Amino acid sequence: MTLPHPRRRLSRLVNIGVPYLWLGLFFLLPFAIVLRISIAEPALAQPPYTALWEWVGDGVLAVQLNFQNFMLVVQDELYLAAFLNSLLVALVCTVLCLLLGYPMAYAIATSSARWRVPLLLLIVLPFWTSFLIRVYAWMGILKQNGLLNNFLMWLGVINEPLAILHTQLAVYIGVVYSYLPFMILPLYANLTRLDFSLLEAAADLGCRPWRAFLKITLPLSLPGIIAGSMLVFIPVVGEFVIPDLLGGPQSLMVGKMLWTEFFSNKDWPLASALAVVLLALLVVPFVLMQRLGQRLDDAAEAHTR
Amino acid sequence: MKRRRWPLLAVLGFGYAFLYVPVLLLIVYSFNESRLVTVWSGFSVKWYGELLANRQLLDAAWLSVRIAAVNATFAVILGTLAANALVRHGRFRGRTGFELLLTAPLVMPDVIIGLSLLLLFVAMQQVIGWPDGRGFTTIAIAHITFSMAYVAVVVRARLAQMDRSLEEAAMDLGARPLTVYRTITLPLIAPALLSGWLLAFTLSLDDLVIASFVSGPGSTTLPMVIYASVRMGVSPQINALATVIVALVTLAVVVAALTMRERGEKFEV
Repeated sequence: MTLPHPRRRLSRLVNIGVPYLWLGLFFLLPFAIVLRISIAEPALAQPPYTALWEWVGDGVLAVQLNFQNFMLVVQDELYLAAFLNSLLVALVCTVLCLLLGYPMAYAIATSSARWRVPLLLLIVLPFWTSFLIRVYAWMGILKQNGLLNNFLMWLGVINEPLAILHTQLAVYIGVVYSYLPFMILPLYANLTRLDFSLLEAAADLGCRPWRAFLKITLPLSLPGIIAGSMLVFIPVVGEFVIPDLLGGPQSLMVGKMLWTEFFSNKDWPLASALAVVLLALLVVPFVLMQRLGQRLDDAAEAHTR
Repeated sequence: MKRRRWPLLAVLGFGYAFLYVPVLLLIVYSFNESRLVTVWSGFSVKWYGELLANRQLLDAAWLSVRIAAVNATFAVILGTLAANALVRHGRFRGRTGFELLLTAPLVMPDVIIGLSLLLLFVAMQQVIGWPDGRGFTTIAIAHITFSMAYVAVVVRARLAQMDRSLEEAAMDLGARPLTVYRTITLPLIAPALLSGWLLAFTLSLDDLVIASFVSGPGSTTLPMVIYASVRMGVSPQINALATVIVALVTLAVVVAALTMRERGEKFEV
């Protein structure tokens, strides 16, 4: 580095310090507050929860900890079902995104250079259009007298309209639709770096394409698979809009429960407890993704040097 | 390498149809005369007319656009600083934590971000008296917090693949670091800054969940109005609105991409 020392220190301070401070204040600190309020009691006050500690005269400090919210979240069947169903939806949708996204990413990565950019742009474009509106689009398609039912009846496949909207199936469709680009992009980034001469070598040595895929392509694209899966799995566990608009009473999900506790029941402490448990569930996959990404970055850096 | 590609292309075609048909149907039915969204009864632009007369919706849209612009500007500044830190400052102390903090907003469920920020704002108001109530400022702060992470990803990629020889040459000739950054680095990463700005803008314009938590009375954003209307069921006016939004966003992205191409730059997405 050729920068003179004092200026370099200032540049470091600004470049690292300012974003660090912002994220510390507006991203990290709030979690501490959620934790603190999750052990408070709801109260008819403004804000609607009890103080954690109080001076009760004569310099005596009364500390009140209330773990009932957590007991409720862990023991109540409704919450347990919501957590389990959220994990199920996230898992099923991650697998579906992978099954659909992998061939798509592979096809784009192996297409000619002229086609690659427009094809990729078409994957990215939905990112730029409203998520809410794209979920809403499915309401008109899936409802009882909606376009899909009309179409299927016109084809003669079914005689009675199917109930799809407000079921778990609609949630699956909505989630896969909304999160598919998140799966394709890291897979594509990984597959374009793949050394295809390895496959040719395997073919020359008489290896069948499917075997070569299983033995070479798949293991080498594992980092992309894991990155894409985490980008889908983690946010979907806490998804609110899709289960709310497309799901029904059977498709309970944590994100929606949290929303209801907060906005309808005004139970801030319980909503906080749900957030804490949800966060605890997501820490493991997040750390996995982060550490793997780190290792890949290091490998790439070592490779380019 | 001779391999049959048609099964692959069939999946690709299906995937694109899956991604685009719903939005196309939405656009087509926004020109439908009937109130019943799924029955075609003739071409009409009357829903667009109703849209233009919907005062509440227009106010919300204007608020959302202003928040989105403020958000995008701050997110580009903070995101670029963060990208500088990661690309230019090597292995500084606390780097792992820094990266963790910068990645987490990308995957964190909206309900957690929204709830935790609201609780922060309430606590801050109790302790230091600021922010006084919730609205424009609190929504903008919340949006900047997650948008800057997206901007950092885009700018970081551009910075990492940038040719540094021009900077080094300028520095060897005695230019000050800040001058080098302003006259050489910034123009070189400008495409990333532009796409980062646009991305942050649309992320903000699109956010329902976080804004619902941290907004206050009198600050209803566009997604909140859409959501309230959509909960009542499918409505042709929302179809018209969706078409307008999709058209504007597509136009912005295409114009940005073409401008970049004219300048011989690759558009970063």
